[in-house]
Amino acid sequence: MSSVNTDAVTSKQIVSKSIVSKSIRSPRIPSKLKLLGADIKRHKVSYLFLAPFLLLFTLFTIVPIFTSIGLSFSYYNIIESPRYIGLSNYRLLFVDDDIFLKAIGITFKFAMITGPVGYIMAFLLAWVISQIPIKYRFFYTLCFYTPSITSATAMSVVWLYLFAGDRKGLINYWALKLGINHEPYLFLQNVNSIVPVIIIVSLWMSMGIGFLAFLAGLQNVPKDLYEAGAIDGIKYRLQELWYITIPSVKPQLLFGAVLQVVFSLQVFDVSVQLVGIPSPLYAGHTILTHLFDYAFIKFEMGYASAIAVVLFLMMIGMNRLIFKWLGRD
Amino acid sequence: MVKGMRMDWGRMLFYLLLTAFALLMLAPLVYLASSAFKPTAELFLFPPRFFVMNPTTKNFYQLLLVTGTSFVPFTRYIFNSLIVTTAIVAGGIFISSLAAYPLAKHKMPFRSAIFNMIVFSLMFSPMVLQIPQYLVISRIGLMNTYFAQIIPYLAAPVGMFLMVQFARQIPEALLEAARIDGANEWKVFWVLVLPMLQPAIATFALFSFIQAWNDPYPAMVYSTHEDMKSLPIAIQTISGGAGVVARVGTFAAASFLMIIPTILVFIITQRMVLQTMAHSGLKG
Repeated sequence: MSSVNTDAVTSKQIVSKSIVSKSIRSPRIPSKLKLLGADIKRHKVSYLFLAPFLLLFTLFTIVPIFTSIGLSFSYYNIIESPRYIGLSNYRLLFVDDDIFLKAIGITFKFAMITGPVGYIMAFLLAWVISQIPIKYRFFYTLCFYTPSITSATAMSVVWLYLFAGDRKGLINYWALKLGINHEPYLFLQNVNSIVPVIIIVSLWMSMGIGFLAFLAGLQNVPKDLYEAGAIDGIKYRLQELWYITIPSVKPQLLFGAVLQVVFSLQVFDVSVQLVGIPSPLYAGHTILTHLFDYAFIKFEMGYASAIAVVLFLMMIGMNRLIFKWLGRD
Repeated sequence: MVKGMRMDWGRMLFYLLLTAFALLMLAPLVYLASSAFKPTAELFLFPPRFFVMNPTTKNFYQLLLVTGTSFVPFTRYIFNSLIVTTAIVAGGIFISSLAAYPLAKHKMPFRSAIFNMIVFSLMFSPMVLQIPQYLVISRIGLMNTYFAQIIPYLAAPVGMFLMVQFARQIPEALLEAARIDGANEWKVFWVLVLPMLQPAIATFALFSFIQAWNDPYPAMVYSTHEDMKSLPIAIQTISGGAGVVARVGTFAAASFLMIIPTILVFIITQRMVLQTMAHSGLKG
């Protein structure tokens, strides 16, 4: 024990000595730098704790952002080294690549529905669950959350049966039996139904981390707020929800919104599992499908990086808006 | 009296609707489970039936015999998935809890800059960084190794964020008392902080388990050998790809096997997860 103590003391002495002993030339900035240096040295242990995470985070998240941006200005097919071609990739993307423009449209159509609907559904269900007695909560939480932790690959066995295009598909079977349709509808081949099917499946899977955050936040709203509200004349549950509950879970709402933006713009898995790459007439082709197609099937890394940068900017841009909108007090 | 009666009717209707919706959400999973136990005759029955009549485990035996397009046995895929997932969860927990402690409790320079970077990385999907990650992995010469499928996923922003937020509420006085008693930072972390982080660790384990277990892309992109592929890819091979309905029984059995562990992990961790998520808030 005592050895630890003396260690700490000596290291402090060394630090203070090093500050004193080195001469100060120009008084302003270097001294500030030196103070920062001393501060960093004093927190050496903190940085040691951080090192493994920071190293991996830098190598696989920070550096890749800049590499992507750099590569997006180049022609790169992995075999030859990248060649700078300026804005050509972006010009090609937005002017000549009809499939990419279509993919943007499909992704937006998908995100505009799945994003808000999934978000509101998750919040309302979490609210409803927080209103019922604790002993029943777990059952409902499990029912709503479990779909989001299933793998899109594994669940495709169910969707392929549910939406099968012959009389054996469950939906077609009932539609024929009840006389809604006279012949089986090709849900997964018809260009008009591909996006709606993907939306339905994704909504089924959308009660994820955000839902849990809402649930936890809602269960922790202080009870006395509601009592104070009742004194101030709040009568109905919906008033309570609007004036007390929502403001007190705002941080969770923001966290959930950020994750929901990412979730709804990264649509890919479900589409690939249900309609494949490429989908019939590219009707289920999303930005991420396009990215995957160019990166790991055609190995045009420069072009694919440009797609990645566009998607990255879309996500960041959307989230900036969300922050502006939900983040203010 | 009348008012009380009406209240009860309303409440009953409310529970009826909520339960109906909950069961509707659960229905696809129930169908999956029931298909996994259906004998071949029932799988192709017309009219189609939702529930299994004569349950059998034949599909699971079939799964062990039938393999994809190659000679790799199904158990090999399970083994690969287990190794990769366990390493990602354990390694991720270790480096994230190590990093969460100073980020929440020390006042070193660049602390908020690092934290802001983590929050920033919540705002986009790691999928957009796949190309550079792939280039890094292939440059270091890690292709076709387990490391390639593990290392890029160790520093997970969502889990890291939750860990730091949770660690913030550890009382400062407690840490200070330990330091006065002569404990060094490592000891403070190991004896005090780590046990108190338990709910956040359980949450991290849940989220990183689900992510790693379900994600087909690491094995798809980072390995070219069939014997390095993971469970989701094996299931894709069995299914024969989008739109093909072949070997439904084995497909359902494999999918069933794949989903069970995620549900179990959630049931085990759920209490601690809700405790952690209470600290998940973001400030604008």
